[in-house]
Amino acid sequence: MSVTVGIPRALLYYYYYPQWKTFFEHLGVKTLVSRETTRGILEKGIKSTVDEACLPVKLAVGHVMDLYDRVDYIFLPRIVSTARKEYICPKFLGFPDMVRNNIDHLPPLIDNNLDLYRKGSSLYNLFYTVGKQFTHNPVRIMRAYQASMAALNNHCRDMESGRLPFETCDSNRHNRQDQDVGVSDVTIAVIGHPYNIYDRYISMNMLKRLRDYGANVVTADQLPEHVFRREAGKLPKQLFWTLNQRMVGAAFYYFDRPEVDGLIHVASFGCGPDSMTGELIERFARQDSRKPLLNLTIDEHTGEAGMVTRLEAFMDMVRWRRQLDDVAATYY
Amino acid sequence: MGLMWICIKAMLEYLNVDVIVPPPSSKKTLLLGVKHAPEFACMPLKLNLGNFMEAADLGADTIVMAGGCGPCRFGYYAQVEHAILRDLGYQYELVVLEPPQKHIGDLLDKIKQITGQQSWRRVINGIRFGYHKAEAVDKLERMAHYCRPRETTAGATDRALQHALQEIINIAAPEGLPAALQRAVEMMNAIQVDIHRPVLRIGLVGEIYTLLEPFANQDIERKLGSMGVEVDRSIYLSEWVNEHLFLGLAKNTRSSKLTKQKAAKYLRHFVGGHGLETVGSTVLYAEQGYDGVIQLLPFTCMPEIVAQSILPRISAELGIPAMTLIVDEQSGEAGLITRLEAFVDLLARRKQTEEVLA
Ligand code: SF4
Ligand code: SF4
Repeated sequence: MSVTVGIPRALLYYYYYPQWKTFFEHLGVKTLVSRETTRGILEKGIKSTVDEACLPVKLAVGHVMDLYDRVDYIFLPRIVSTARKEYICPKFLGFPDMVRNNIDHLPPLIDNNLDLYRKGSSLYNLFYTVGKQFTHNPVRIMRAYQASMAALNNHCRDMESGRLPFETCDSNRHNRQDQDVGVSDVTIAVIGHPYNIYDRYISMNMLKRLRDYGANVVTADQLPEHVFRREAGKLPKQLFWTLNQRMVGAAFYYFDRPEVDGLIHVASFGCGPDSMTGELIERFARQDSRKPLLNLTIDEHTGEAGMVTRLEAFMDMVRWRRQLDDVAATYY
Repeated sequence: MGLMWICIKAMLEYLNVDVIVPPPSSKKTLLLGVKHAPEFACMPLKLNLGNFMEAADLGADTIVMAGGCGPCRFGYYAQVEHAILRDLGYQYELVVLEPPQKHIGDLLDKIKQITGQQSWRRVINGIRFGYHKAEAVDKLERMAHYCRPRETTAGATDRALQHALQEIINIAAPEGLPAALQRAVEMMNAIQVDIHRPVLRIGLVGEIYTLLEPFANQDIERKLGSMGVEVDRSIYLSEWVNEHLFLGLAKNTRSSKLTKQKAAKYLRHFVGGHGLETVGSTVLYAEQGYDGVIQLLPFTCMPEIVAQSILPRISAELGIPAMTLIVDEQSGEAGLITRLEAFVDLLARRKQTEEVLA
């Protein structure tokens, strides 16, 4: 008996895919990832989601639809909380229900809760409940779980060492070459939700473009957890959205780093948490820095041309500002 | 927000704090807020910000706000608003009433901070007083919901309600409240109604701020009332006050547990804000034989978007028409009236056919 579990290439896929894949493999379950985002996938998502939903949610629905007639199950854990006393976003809490109530003829959803909100809760809860649906052997689940944790740790280490999630997630490593183009003379920090900045279609290949312009790109995911948490601690009140805590923390950190020349904040149109963090970055993290900051909001109508123009203008500004600083440094 | 000021004001004045009530939300308030708030903030934040700016112009120096711990944006409002006000040069002291994670002591401490040296007992009495006023307001509003579509003279209900509310507002000490409520209720009872007139019943669900603030919902209750619709709201002031400010100290009348149970088939986890209540209440209204449901939400409101994407399925399965109204700073009044009329029309025709069939 060989079953296939589908994993949508969306939302927290970028953080957890290696772990999920390893877990299922150890249980002898095949996994299938939805195809890379295309206009078609996005269109399908847009059609089956309420207009008001944010782009990432529509896209995630599109990825579910890309899978639904090709797999036996769809893995769509309800990601309630990935850290104590924090959430991701209300829409993550309701996502499986949004899918279920809008798409007919779905294969069974595996939507058990990933919930670390309370003290003492562990990822094992999720994997145990999921594992039970495929095997009755608890030892086997335990082993698969341990292997999956190892995979997760590897993945985190990879990210911290500067590789971007889609590079470590993808089996076809052709993207890796992106990294080695030319020499970079400036460093740009790109701050945004993983599903916005790492999805090449959605971000319109922003990371690659920046590299082509000669920039070294850093993201929030390269910072170890304790660093961004410490930095985000400078806010008057702790944020209760994990992803945005990471973003704000990274903004504090990178504004302070001499080697970082500019920051780009990528927000989804209509995203609740982003609307607040954008404001916080402007009002707190940026307070005593003159580094250029570009705010990009993406939605399904964002045009590629406009975005290229803005990126180019931003790069010019970054270089120009740097020259000024260099000149200033020689004189004083 | 809506009539909330009545109860907060009662509580604080009882504790000898000078209270400045911002002028009721208006176009001007919204414009102020829109100008300075983040573009994609939800409308409640924008209005709130505008309220505080207007209050500052009247001399207020301390902001009191409720806090929260997610996952919705509300929990971070106070801090963001405070930062914006600070950057605009307003000198405001900020007191955030966070739902105490540990125990009620935190909250009482905060209240003491605002009120200065007052005995605990008086503080607690103050809270209770505020809550009772909220209950009184709810009672009058419910009566108005009943009377509006049935009144024989147009506008009679609203006039009576204004006077009745004033009775409640004027009371400065808990002792006077029961008598005042009595008088207010009598005023409402004096409204001439035609009890045989057929009316449609619509349940209003959605985001709480939009539900409670007539400016935000463009006075939807009045508009529907004049179209011959009796409304009910899924959330009333006292419930919110109880939940958010007094931490469920007072025992709630309408158990939100029931709503949750009802929602479970469609939405299995809470999603912040009142998303789960919206889903549950819609099911409840369907079961209670309401003719329709209207969901109200501010543009970009996250929990309600989750609910919104689930409503069509409930509507189809339980056969209750549901309409979603999204409000933002651009919503025009004419458009709203047209949509409401169309919806009410649809419900009326549906009801007729049903009656013919039955
Ligand atoms: S965090 Fe923002 S972008 Fe992500 S699902 Fe929530 S609203 Fe959408
Ligand atoms: S419930 Fe909606 S409107 Fe209210 S704070 Fe949350 S997102 Fe904003």
